[in-house]
Amino acid sequence: MFRGSKLLSLIVVALAVSTSTLLFQTVSGNQIIAPSIMGFDALYVLLLTCAVYFLGGATFSVLPEMTVFAVTMAVMIVASLALFSTLLGAAQNDVMRLILTGVIFATLFRSITSFFQRIIDPNEYAVIAANSYARFNRIETDLLWIAMAVLVATVVVVWRMRHRLDVISLGYAQAVNLGEDPRRATFWILCLIAIFVSVSTALVGPVVFLGLIVVSVARLVTPTPHHSVLLISSALVGAITLVGGQLLMERVFALTTPLSVVIDFVGGCVFLIFLLKGIRR
Amino acid sequence: MIRVQNTSYAVSGTTILSDINLEITQGVVTALVGPNGAGKSTLLSLIARINKAQSGQITVDDLTIGDCDDRDLALRLSILTQDNTMGARLTVRDLVSFGRYPHHRGRATADDLATIETAIDRFDLTELADRYLDDLSGGQKQRAFIAMTFAQNTDYILLDEPLNNLDIAASRHLMPLLHDLCADQGKTIIVVLHDLNYAARYADQLVMMRDGQVVAQGTPKEVLTAQNVSDVFQTEADVRIIDGRPMVIV
Repeated sequence: MFRGSKLLSLIVVALAVSTSTLLFQTVSGNQIIAPSIMGFDALYVLLLTCAVYFLGGATFSVLPEMTVFAVTMAVMIVASLALFSTLLGAAQNDVMRLILTGVIFATLFRSITSFFQRIIDPNEYAVIAANSYARFNRIETDLLWIAMAVLVATVVVVWRMRHRLDVISLGYAQAVNLGEDPRRATFWILCLIAIFVSVSTALVGPVVFLGLIVVSVARLVTPTPHHSVLLISSALVGAITLVGGQLLMERVFALTTPLSVVIDFVGGCVFLIFLLKGIRR
Repeated sequence: MIRVQNTSYAVSGTTILSDINLEITQGVVTALVGPNGAGKSTLLSLIARINKAQSGQITVDDLTIGDCDDRDLALRLSILTQDNTMGARLTVRDLVSFGRYPHHRGRATADDLATIETAIDRFDLTELADRYLDDLSGGQKQRAFIAMTFAQNTDYILLDEPLNNLDIAASRHLMPLLHDLCADQGKTIIVVLHDLNYAARYADQLVMMRDGQVVAQGTPKEVLTAQNVSDVFQTEADVRIIDGRPMVIV
């Protein structure tokens, strides 16, 4: 039973992370970026930390997990709209500014989080610490069913938008020309990203570079602008990476290295290569 | 009929267009000419709802820009802007195919596919159809974008400096094609042109702009006088009539 739900969780996370990254790349018109680089999941951890800090660890731990998940997700949607919708409008053609702002946001969220964690009661700290790091060995399976339901509903919405996403990825002027409203689309896509990030972060914590590697590999495997193909290929690459990676870590490396470290290391290198290639061009 | 009424546009306090009133003649090629910064591209972007005017009203037939459904307008009017950087990596055929999107919204019919192939053929892109846009020269890329606009097959077509990057052969191929589209299919085309002689030779109507205002409108012969050129462009260039059309001696 445990192994089955773990496998399921890894697939849910793979789907959430790959789809949110693809969506974010589409809406920002930029293929070397991911929600986690922009600080989306750092924001999620910050929200949880604030909840523990203001409610107190004792109150927080008796709250039903379902309620915490729902409320955090709602706040996530509002916060990401507030932070990122203006940024995306203004910086669409300015890749460096977008990335820089994202990195600053991410650092800011992480700094505030660690500030709260420092001034908090050590017992309460234990409540948050579990949520602040990526963990593939100890997954919150209690949330699995609700997370899966949310994920499936969101994926259906994304799938129905696939043709519109193709048009949005052409950039602002072309999207307008073809009769899509990029502002409205950006609004909805940011909501969807916030939901995906909430799902994956609630299950395994923040994974910074996973989405970037997965979508980049998917673009290499299926070089097409069409989301009907890209959505599927990136979900498959994501599932293979996470499930395969976890298998390797458990069976071959006998859990000496956490999977998240390897993914962040490889993903970080990929990000750097893309960034340097982009600058040279 | 495209009608612009009392339209003004400003960016952070700087007026780009002030109180423009303009009616675009149906079924002909209208060229917008004027010095850099006159507001030609801005006017085009307002008509195509890429930017939003702060005051005034722009109508395309019975559709009012800003109030009408964007999808309805996409079936009626298309625009090719100057800046065509794309987030996605596309082949020429992918790009041209997107021109049909307003018609099928994702599910291309046999008709759509036929129109796409016609557009590819008409702009000599057959051999380039499966190449990526990133790998093409500026002129080839420009042709692919124009083919996409052509595939969109709207009654009104707005082109912002379509001759950018095109050599003389491609330019002399494109301009008569625009003229034929108007003559044969009753399309109305507005094109921003920098080269006054292309405007004089191929456009039916000229709109001359300076400092966000329309200075003159009419046939090339009426608008392109030595007096107007010297007033608007601040340079003394001789204008001669050759084969009934004005020519600016540069």
